[in-house]
Amino acid sequence: MSLYVTELRRLAKRRLTRVMLILLVVGLAGIVTAFAFSSHKLSPAVIAQAQAESDANFRDALREWERSIVECDAAKARGEQTDERYGPNCGRDWKPTADMFDPKWNLPYQFDFRAEFGDFIAVFAGAVALFGFLVGASFVGAEWSTGGMMNLLLWRPKRLTVLGTKLAAVLTTLTGVTVVLGALWTLAFWLIANFRGTTAKVTSGVWQSAGISGLRALAMILAAGAVAFALASLGRHTAMALGVAVGAGVVSEIGIRIATTIAGVRFGDRWVLSTYALAWFQKQWTLVDYRSCDFVQGQCTPKEMLVTWQDSALVFGIGTVVVLVATFWMMRRRDIT
Amino acid sequence: MSAVLEIEGLRKTYKSRRRGVRNALDGFDMRVEAGQVHGFLGPNGSGKTTTLRTLLGLIQPDGGRMAILGHEVPGALPAVAGQVGAIVESPQFFPHFSARDTLSLLAGAGDVPAVRVDEVLELVGLRDRAGERVKTYSLGMKQRLAVASALLKNPKLLILDEPANGLDPGGIREMRTLMRNLAESGMTVVLSSHILGEIQLICDEVTIISLGRRVAAGPVEQVLAQHSHGGVRVRLDAAEDLAAAAELLDRAGVAVTRHPDHLMLAGVDKPATVSRLLAEQHLYVSELAPVSVDLESVFLEITATAPVPGQHRQVDQSAKIGEPGHTAGTTGGWGA
Repeated sequence: MSLYVTELRRLAKRRLTRVMLILLVVGLAGIVTAFAFSSHKLSPAVIAQAQAESDANFRDALREWERSIVECDAAKARGEQTDERYGPNCGRDWKPTADMFDPKWNLPYQFDFRAEFGDFIAVFAGAVALFGFLVGASFVGAEWSTGGMMNLLLWRPKRLTVLGTKLAAVLTTLTGVTVVLGALWTLAFWLIANFRGTTAKVTSGVWQSAGISGLRALAMILAAGAVAFALASLGRHTAMALGVAVGAGVVSEIGIRIATTIAGVRFGDRWVLSTYALAWFQKQWTLVDYRSCDFVQGQCTPKEMLVTWQDSALVFGIGTVVVLVATFWMMRRRDIT
Repeated sequence: MSAVLEIEGLRKTYKSRRRGVRNALDGFDMRVEAGQVHGFLGPNGSGKTTTLRTLLGLIQPDGGRMAILGHEVPGALPAVAGQVGAIVESPQFFPHFSARDTLSLLAGAGDVPAVRVDEVLELVGLRDRAGERVKTYSLGMKQRLAVASALLKNPKLLILDEPANGLDPGGIREMRTLMRNLAESGMTVVLSSHILGEIQLICDEVTIISLGRRVAAGPVEQVLAQHSHGGVRVRLDAAEDLAAAAELLDRAGVAVTRHPDHLMLAGVDKPATVSRLLAEQHLYVSELAPVSVDLESVFLEITATAPVPGQHRQVDQSAKIGEPGHTAGTTGGWGA
């Protein structure tokens, strides 16, 4: 227990942890502030103003249409060709109607908690996962590269216990940060929705769905932290995790996409990691094979492939477990020099 | 006396597809008695640090037996780790933590009372700089911090690898006094260092390692005596008699080296016989001084690492046991 508490203290004392936490909080606060300012509550007065603008636009359009017909008739009387400019029958068939001017178009943006908060959970998860990746990698990477790990092992010559305790400290910290900031994030958007947006139709089912999305976000954040920790420990340097992340990004998002396109692989994106990240947050992601259709021949429904969040769980779960097992196996066997 | 540290036949082999096999430790033996300050010496690359790392569980041995405080290690290392303080190689600490934070975190990990942190900071002279980041420390200050971290547990066995590295002359003297005080308080100290003058001054016994094997061991005086070669310096009342004296001693079977104002004799068991032999021929000595050897010259001789003009000795070129005076670069190096 003392080792675990010490590792929590060590992690909290680290400058990178503190700086990254401040940046994370500032970044999230920036997003909240931006949306607080850009969202406007649709009061009856605002709706009436939008309706009035819409009516005025309709009237302007009507006047313009009438003027255009008059111009067209005059031109036709002068013997000029008018179809090209005014359309057949001087455009009489294109009379503007009121339903062409939806008052919604004149409404300011209003944050809709029910419809949009799910996307903001994904934004939050992405930001905290990045934080978790950097903190997880740096925590153990710096320990290896500065000799801190060796010092600690002289005190606690139980390699797996030491590494496991460090990992537990990282995951506990990430869980704490996610829960606290997640609660503040939810509260902030709930307040925005209350005072500058709408909370209409936010039923218990919506909260339940948000809770499950939050759990998926937490799982992803913990996986990011654990994988970064494991990679940095394998390479005994923070740069190892960062290098693998950049490499995987380049290979997966660019290399595989180009290769599968050139090779004509159907549903090539099923080999791309971001597909599974999207499916994880959206519950499912549909890949479309447009090459299965020849649209010249008429209407065609292209073939689709559904990637579910369960598929994502399998991919990310297996990946995380493999890297962690390799790390602990190496820790048990390697000479520490 | 009971042994605090025992190593028998320790082996560690590194295998590389490209560079072949290298025996870093080739059946190394070592024994340290309780309450000693024990010097652990060897040329660069001889296996000192590998021995210490293996002993402390950082490297897995390929063979041999090790015991600390009567417990077989590495198996019992978790049980005895609380009684062993160690620094291995250069001091390494997280640069952005202060000395106090560094020690406090170690104390926390090892269930050591927090009050001990200030005690060891005082002991190594870092009390007033304890709040500063380690990255602002000089090498000597880092070395003091390393010693403080090793002392934090108030261990029964203290293992220090190059503790005087980077210390100023005052610091070296303080370190020497500290080692002696610790030994007097009952702590056993194993000291690895290349400052052989210091080792000679503060150590009770030494073990010398070369190419992964023990080449000498025992009390310092004994090791020096074994390699003194009975050297004696002789001066006469009349310098012009030196030639006659040299001839006389030569005939008596003594190895003589002539110098302008004195003679150097080797292989003399009893210097008094020289005095008597010369006096019988009316040659009177004004100085008859046994030439004492120091640990440095003994070390260079045993390990065959004395510099040779015009030659550039490589790190693996040192003596292997059974081959005194011969370099054995290919025996223990890569490709062997």
